Amino acid sequence: MAYETFYSDLVCIGAGLAGERVAIEAAAAGFKTILLSLVPPRRSHSCAAEGGMQAALGNCAMGEGDSPDVHFADTVKGSDWGCDQEVARIFADTAPIAVREASHWGMPWNRVEAGKSMCFKGGVCFEVEDKAEKHGLITARAFGGTAKWRTCYTADGTGHTLLYTLDNKVTQLGITVHDRIEAVSLIHDGDRCVGCVARCLKTGKLRVYLSKATLIATGGYGKLYSETTNTVINEGGGHIVALDTGLVPFGNPEAVQFHPTGIVPTNILVTEGCRGDGGTLLDVNQERFMHIYEPEKAELASRDVVSRWMMHHIREGHGVPSPYGPHLWLDIRHLGEKHITTRLREVYDTCIHFLGVDPITQLIPVRPCHHYSMGGVRTNKDGYAYGLEGLFSAGESCCWDMHGFNRLGGNSLAETIVAGRHIGRAVADYLKGAETTLRTDLARQAVARDEERIKRIVSGADGKENVYDVRNAMQKEMMDNVGIFRNGTDLQKAVDNLRELLVRSKKVGLRSSGVGSSPELAMAIKISGMVRMAICVAYGALMRTESRGAHAREDYTARNDRDWLTRTLAYWRNPDADLPTLEYEPASPVFHLPPGDRGYGKCEIICREEMNE
Amino acid sequence: MSRQLKFNIFRYNPQDPNSVPHTDSFWLDETPSLTLFIALNRLREEQDSSLNFDFACRMAICGSCGMVINGRPGLACRTLTSDLPGEITLMPLPVFKLVGDLAVDTGTWFRATNEKIESWIHTDQEFDPEALEERMENDLANSIFELERCIECGCCVASCGTANMRADFVGAFALNRVARFVMDPRDKRSDADYFEVVGTDQGIFGCMGLLACEDVCPRKIPLQDQLGILRRKMGFIGLKNLFRRKV
Repeated sequence: MAYETFYSDLVCIGAGLAGERVAIEAAAAGFKTILLSLVPPRRSHSCAAEGGMQAALGNCAMGEGDSPDVHFADTVKGSDWGCDQEVARIFADTAPIAVREASHWGMPWNRVEAGKSMCFKGGVCFEVEDKAEKHGLITARAFGGTAKWRTCYTADGTGHTLLYTLDNKVTQLGITVHDRIEAVSLIHDGDRCVGCVARCLKTGKLRVYLSKATLIATGGYGKLYSETTNTVINEGGGHIVALDTGLVPFGNPEAVQFHPTGIVPTNILVTEGCRGDGGTLLDVNQERFMHIYEPEKAELASRDVVSRWMMHHIREGHGVPSPYGPHLWLDIRHLGEKHITTRLREVYDTCIHFLGVDPITQLIPVRPCHHYSMGGVRTNKDGYAYGLEGLFSAGESCCWDMHGFNRLGGNSLAETIVAGRHIGRAVADYLKGAETTLRTDLARQAVARDEERIKRIVSGADGKENVYDVRNAMQKEMMDNVGIFRNGTDLQKAVDNLRELLVRSKKVGLRSSGVGSSPELAMAIKISGMVRMAICVAYGALMRTESRGAHAREDYTARNDRDWLTRTLAYWRNPDADLPTLEYEPASPVFHLPPGDRGYGKCEIICREEMNE
Repeated sequence: MSRQLKFNIFRYNPQDPNSVPHTDSFWLDETPSLTLFIALNRLREEQDSSLNFDFACRMAICGSCGMVINGRPGLACRTLTSDLPGEITLMPLPVFKLVGDLAVDTGTWFRATNEKIESWIHTDQEFDPEALEERMENDLANSIFELERCIECGCCVASCGTANMRADFVGAFALNRVARFVMDPRDKRSDADYFEVVGTDQGIFGCMGLLACEDVCPRKIPLQDQLGILRRKMGFIGLKNLFRRKV
């Protein structure tokens, strides 16, 4: 058993925006940092964020009067009061700094142009006048669930551009990047995490990273679902290694977001910026309908609300029939050629290449599909993971928890660099005082265990299940029974079926030799972890007998602040169990903004006060 | 009637001592809107699970899936089989080190090249969290973004005559990246500084002007223009340097 060992102060599992931003902070403080990534960092899913990031700069005319306070309130309402309000506060306060810092590093944010311009809302044209004193400052566009135009952007390639800006910074600082590396397990002694075992996806060899601090920044777990906007690498790898310790909880696994506008049939995202810039949703009669359900916000209510109304409208028989099932239309034709080919250029390209549709003259077929994971590795407000010292998490993989049960559009891109900045500092502070024993015996044991497991998968010692069959069945189960609308019967069915799939996942054996990088082996190593994650989502959803944000129960339609103003903590303490242990904690230590009506998304509320009456 | 597609795919696993480079053929029924992303995944899941290739975003923005499709570098995820003949030959991108079958190691190559051209904003200014951002004209921001749209898929490098002959040539991607920084007032490098970086045969003067890079760029970045502008700028500085030396 020969393996290479790499030593560092900090190892970041994941090198998207959050991982890189943390690494930059640690490296700038003088700590040896290694970034691990499944793909070259610039190919991370962060690059797929299109529309922009929210920060209350208040530069553009429609953003006038904006402040972190307003941003904070929008974020809390968006979360349906499921978020940690201390975290939402840190976030809203830091976002403007993070945006300007990115600008300092070279981010080409779009800018305010003084003078009059024509804008659209709900298909209706109106005039806006930007002030001369704001000319040249960073501008913003409208997004759903926001009181002001607050979403800073670079056309609709904001994530791409931001990721390149940060990766340039990583290159400048000379931070070591190991790409095509997949973490297989965390190395820990029950109290403290000292790194990870990882598999090289170039050679197939196992290697060891020993470090004082370990960060999980692996993004979301969208590939638990078949219909998702997520990239193929969003398989929850970081969550799996954390959950496998039995010590670190998975926070709010059931909090899963569906985005209103995935294109049909490929589930490629078209940005919320389309609606923010004035695009409308149309039904089979090519008529608008969102204003009927949401008179005030219409197409720009929060994502959970718009997605539900769209599915409701389809269920009412107003969908457009297609070979891929009924869908609705997104109409951006009235925005005009110049707007579409500049500010919505990626949307334009996507429609042309993947649909053969020209959005300047034609309608775009859309339907809600899985998009974002609000849940994740549970940490405190500084990114310290529950359960293991020396373990941190940031970004979408983390539940620190600023999104609660629904994330606002533009708040995830913002979260990556805001949390990265904030948690990066916390990690650097931790490293300043941290000494640890980098125990090679623990590493050896972990490698031996992983090697044995891999050997059994390759040889088919436990069975000959086809890994792709198991994965496809899991994804279908999640899509069919743990989707936008949920109910006890379907969720119970999902839990039962997933438990059966967990048994099958442990009997996976390879069809190929498994020699070298072997994508089949990579999938086989994590499949039972993925099924465990799926069970956490389904079981968490089954047990949460209320509707909150994106978690919409048909059999419990009210938001229940009396019993469920809580965060789910799912532990997988016994590796042989087929259900997690669920515990709960208060959603927020403080309520600067007391639970109330969101102002959109009609919902009955069972108040906390009722308890006292 | 739907076609039966024949795929000829390059196979080689460098980690397997028994593997020799060869081509395997596969057949697949064509379905509506079939892309190479869907086709290759079906082949792996249904016919040969050892098949190695790269995809990530599957929406043509991450640059993972560059490969040579019937002789031409392109992004597999957005290539519709309906735009191709019934026989499709897939090869890995040249220039980059092979990981296996159609997967190549672009990460190492691009990181090294980005280091070589110092692909970052050079400035002495410290970031001041209290200060307003520096102002910029929106048109300039758009022009920078136009070049920043490069996704480092490697198609321009793979199609480049010079890059295929000479391992040290930085390729159109890097020259475009330099042009992006030249345009950015936040980067304080002078033309002479840029000359140090790309005023060589490994840089702009290595370009033979074949311009396949622009033909194959899936992002339609105006590489021809940028190469031309940069060559003129660097040529001018080169002449100045020559003149200075003679004096």
